[in-house]
Amino acid sequence: MELFQLTAHELHAKLDKKEVSAEEITKSVLGRISRVENGVSAFLAINVDEAIDRAVEIDEQIASGKAMTPLTGIPVAIKDNMCTKGAITTCASRILRNYLPPYNATVVENLLKAGAIPIGKTNMDEFAMGSSTENSAYKVTKNPWDLKTVPGGSSGGSAACVAADEAILALGSDTGGSIRQPASLCGVVGLKPTYGRVSRYGLIAFASSLDQIGPISKDVADAAILMNFIAGHDEKDSTSVDEKVPDYRGSLIDDVKGMKIGLVKELIGKGIAVDVKKAILEAADLLKKLGAKVEEVSMPTFEYGVPTYYILATAEASSNLERYDGVKYGHRSKDSDDLLTMYYNTRREGFGPEVKRRIMLGTYALSAGYYDAYYLKAQKVRTLIKNDFDRAFSKFDALISPTSPTVAFKIGEKTDDPLSMYLSDIATIPVNLAGIPAISIPCGFVNDLPVGLQIIGKAFAEETIFRVAYTYEQNTQWHKRKPNL
Amino acid sequence: MNYEAVIGLEIHAQLLTKSKIFCGCSTKFGSAPNSNICPVCTGQPGVLPVLNKKVIEFAIKTGLALKGQIAKHSIFARKNYFYPDLPKNYQISQYELPLVTGGHLDIAVNGKTRHVGITRVHLEEDAGKLVHKGAAGLKGSTSSLVDFNRTGVPLMEIVTEPDIRSPEEAKIFVSELRNLLVYLGVCDGNMEEGSLRCDANVSIRPVGQKELGTKTEVKNMNSFKAVQKALESEIKRQTEMIQAGERIVQETRLFDDTTGTTTPMRSKEEAHDYRYFPEPDLVPVEVDRKWIDNIEKTISELPAAKRSRFMKEFGLPELDATILTDDKALADFFEECNKLYKNAKNLSNWIIGDLTAYMKTKKVGIKDINLTFSQFAEMLDMVDKGTISRTSAKSSLTKMLDEGKSIHDIVSESGLTQISDEVKIRLIVLEVIQKNRPQVVQYKSGKTTLAAFFVGQVMKETKGRANPEVVNRIVVEELNKA
Repeated sequence: MELFQLTAHELHAKLDKKEVSAEEITKSVLGRISRVENGVSAFLAINVDEAIDRAVEIDEQIASGKAMTPLTGIPVAIKDNMCTKGAITTCASRILRNYLPPYNATVVENLLKAGAIPIGKTNMDEFAMGSSTENSAYKVTKNPWDLKTVPGGSSGGSAACVAADEAILALGSDTGGSIRQPASLCGVVGLKPTYGRVSRYGLIAFASSLDQIGPISKDVADAAILMNFIAGHDEKDSTSVDEKVPDYRGSLIDDVKGMKIGLVKELIGKGIAVDVKKAILEAADLLKKLGAKVEEVSMPTFEYGVPTYYILATAEASSNLERYDGVKYGHRSKDSDDLLTMYYNTRREGFGPEVKRRIMLGTYALSAGYYDAYYLKAQKVRTLIKNDFDRAFSKFDALISPTSPTVAFKIGEKTDDPLSMYLSDIATIPVNLAGIPAISIPCGFVNDLPVGLQIIGKAFAEETIFRVAYTYEQNTQWHKRKPNL
Repeated sequence: MNYEAVIGLEIHAQLLTKSKIFCGCSTKFGSAPNSNICPVCTGQPGVLPVLNKKVIEFAIKTGLALKGQIAKHSIFARKNYFYPDLPKNYQISQYELPLVTGGHLDIAVNGKTRHVGITRVHLEEDAGKLVHKGAAGLKGSTSSLVDFNRTGVPLMEIVTEPDIRSPEEAKIFVSELRNLLVYLGVCDGNMEEGSLRCDANVSIRPVGQKELGTKTEVKNMNSFKAVQKALESEIKRQTEMIQAGERIVQETRLFDDTTGTTTPMRSKEEAHDYRYFPEPDLVPVEVDRKWIDNIEKTISELPAAKRSRFMKEFGLPELDATILTDDKALADFFEECNKLYKNAKNLSNWIIGDLTAYMKTKKVGIKDINLTFSQFAEMLDMVDKGTISRTSAKSSLTKMLDEGKSIHDIVSESGLTQISDEVKIRLIVLEVIQKNRPQVVQYKSGKTTLAAFFVGQVMKETKGRANPEVVNRIVVEELNKA
């Protein structure tokens, strides 16, 4: 096995035993990038020199006896909607093509403190709006399992680079499924933590009440390790919760005996590909065999998830994206005669079609005379969806479903049909609306393309879903398969 | 037909916190452009607001002083509009569920108490400042710059019920509210620097009619006088329009202090849809009883209570009590001096008279002057005891203030001690009588008012040091003998 193929915990063991250096690991990963990135196109920026310099520095620190963390010397890719001080952060948008953040996102700061090595900024759908990474203003990322298919989105670059062994770990962000759906399509692990578990400070906002940063990794243990370093209260984020962070490695227990798991009925029916459904039922069956009690559970409000989401998320986005006006930073249209023209031209030139569509939808939903019928009503439905989850969690420890209704689809297949694209997130969106955690792990293949199993938990019950995920993973081999690149 | 005005005010007060409402930047006024800024208050991508607790305390304090309801649960909202001085292109404000609702402030208008209801008190962030190059305003300028120092400075908006009926009442209300805010220590009340800003909603209706007329919003009133002038002009305009059979258009009008008139700022067609919605980046503000009680304890005596106490306790007339208590520092000065010098009315006369006149010429406040309570009290004592005359006390006061000398030193250096010795005075009076024979003749022939002339001459001779009572008596005695 090459170093780039290993997980963070495997590499940490080698570093700890002084079998390898951070420099060797970093160079191995950079070498892999140089061989496969042309085909995958996962990155918007690759920190070649900076990563090697930092690795050398970290090796010196290790040699001088500085305590290591499980992330020390581990190359981590960062989605390009997280601010990195002095390194261009574009959100895959033309409007931020030259934006140099004057500060680090809290998660980035935490990674640096832990000794991780930022390897590059990953491609995404512009402003995290999309489910295929085709909405990037810069490039189309391909699914490492089949370069003709999409990696999912919006964290498509982060999922693809981990699947392609171009990074050991990656950070993604998830507003309606943007970590889990690409993780599912790329055959890797992706966790959306509880809303408020990870600081959003420095995450360029799409929909503030839904956005959450989380890990993308090659196995469940690595996701738990990365969570240990990004979770926790941050004074700079009022919505981050001051709740004790457990050592998530403690939940890596290969045992689900007696656990009650609900299989979401609405997500194994209409709109779900038959082969995907089969993979999920087999996963449910395996969990049963491993000692869990698995029963079907009905979530009647799930069908309202997508429309509710597309009102609330776009409403918040329409406001969050107002700051891109050409006045302070980013793209400014040239030769405008007056302020209004400068605003119009800057935004017309700077935003892509999907972003414009969502700004218009959201502006409409908040407009005088429509607010009650759309925004307020959607907030009420959001409460109903939460209630549905509360009811389910009074009976079950965790819920399972497919992460995505289909495996990876062809590039270009859904770009002209936004509604069918929106439905890619039918299984993931309700989780964001309820603010609860969910993970996607590989659970099979359809036509050599990965299928993802979504495991949903109560608020702050990341440990429960890690345990179910870990148990499933320990008793299957899906996560060990690698794409041919 | 007779018309009455219906006026409601919206007052924006900059809160005296050290840091901004949603970040740690300084709120200092007058710093170099863009020196008090950070990623948060310049609206960088990815930043989040964190509420300054002090701001909530100040608003609760104000709410309590206005006898309003402090909400246990209040929320912030986004007010969306594009303008270059607003870096996020939305202002974080309060819309539904403000921190304070209800309350009132009573004002005295021509000896009668008027009750002005408070609709709400809410918090928001201030915007930045545009600087236009090549012209005074946007029009004609070649470029515009933005200074974000003021962006995120905490503002408290106080909205009144439409209970005000005249420009004079409006002026008194703003002045009374300003005093209250300064007393509470939540705002410096400086209208010229913009730390207190006032907008008014004004309409007119026939006397006796219940329904409200169409209102206009008047902005840009930068002093108490401007509030009165602007409203007078706007009411006159509306009255003339209605009398001419025209309709009032609902609009925002800007007051121009130089012309004394209002002109339309933006028309209805351009009216904003602010698309308010709850701010998702902030959690609701939860206020418990204990917090309110603790804040209540920090509220000291307020202007109205102090005023009536000054009348009762010191026997001061209402005018004196009002002037003294209008400025908390002045009231404190009065009380401290009164501990050492008991004649309250005399003390008040000196403070309101000579001392205030001095401060006005020097454009300073009571806190900036060089005068201790004990020095001031001692000087007044010396006048009462006849050690120095009122006239020399006046000139000595200026010296004390300008040079920081003690009254003792001034008196002994310049020999200002009052002359009460009858023999000395009589000698001077006789000298004066001899020098002014023609006036003596006139006096003798019945023009007795000339006695004052002789007194004046004696005072001149003694450089004001002669005891005027003694001089008066001796002048009359000697003139009658002459």
